[in-house]
Amino acid sequence: MHSTYLKLIIVFFAAVLASGCATVQPYDYAAYLQSKPRSILVLPPVNESPDVNATYSVFSQLSYPLAESGYYIFPATLVDETFRQNGLTSPTDIHAVAPAKLRQIFGADAALYVNITKYGTTYTIISSAAVVSANARLVDLKTGTLLWQGSATASNDENQNNSGSGLAGLLITAIVKQIVNNVTDASHTVAGITSQRLLQARAPNGTLFGPRSPNYGKDLRP
Amino acid sequence: MKTNITSKTGLTLTLLGTALLGGCASGPPTLYQWERYQPQVYEYFKGQGSGADGQIIALEEDLQKIRAKGNTPPPGFHAHLGLLYSQVGKTDRLEKELLAEKELYPESSTYMDFLLKKSKK
Repeated sequence: MHSTYLKLIIVFFAAVLASGCATVQPYDYAAYLQSKPRSILVLPPVNESPDVNATYSVFSQLSYPLAESGYYIFPATLVDETFRQNGLTSPTDIHAVAPAKLRQIFGADAALYVNITKYGTTYTIISSAAVVSANARLVDLKTGTLLWQGSATASNDENQNNSGSGLAGLLITAIVKQIVNNVTDASHTVAGITSQRLLQARAPNGTLFGPRSPNYGKDLRP
Repeated sequence: MKTNITSKTGLTLTLLGTALLGGCASGPPTLYQWERYQPQVYEYFKGQGSGADGQIIALEEDLQKIRAKGNTPPPGFHAHLGLLYSQVGKTDRLEKELLAEKELYPESSTYMDFLLKKSKK
């Protein structure tokens, strides 16, 4: 009896250790490598969070990681204006436009569809954090093929520990932080980090470098 | 007392060392000099800040800084500046900036031609 339990515990720990050590499953880049996109049309993100500012806060910060990874990124403000002039103001409607139509107007090789799943300050009794989470799909506009997808999250509470301040201290910290988070547009700053984590070229799971980067074609070398 | 002074000196040195290290630790070079492009795009979307005139001034200043260092403005910079000029009725400046975007980034040609055609209507 005793030894059965012991075995069970050993198996359990072995499983935990194994899952902890398991290497990340590399992304299958076959379609991405075949498509070789040079330019990416980033569409206004669909916002699934309650904060109405999320779409444009994130949209205005998606160019940096992709352009620095080596792609031409279309100007967000003009892209938004072009959709408006064609009667499309909702990101959901814009995401539904046929790839062929997008290619015809913008001449882009690929489009990036982003969904914001979390945006804003979450407040629990002992902590308060600005959190932004998003996922993205990169689609070839000639063929409609999915080239890559990924997700990322960031929070301004990542490097803080709450040791030693006591419950009252924690409560005050949480309240003060929520006020600061709301006043200083902390979510917008966090959105920049989420954007960077989501789109900065980073094999074996992130986007690949584009033709304007000196690292182009070197992503998958060991 | 003596140890106190020593520890203060030590602290000062440590702080100086940290500051020096911080100053040296520059990241890998970027492809573009971004300046205020993304914050200005955010201001535009929020419809706040200094309005089109103020945003033009900010981006023209940034462009001077970028040119002074011999660097390249990021994709979209010239086109966005053109959009701001169009909002204050300067269609000629819109066209100039769209052509600058196209010259710097030929990948934008189809879209820039589309916008140029529209601006001439």
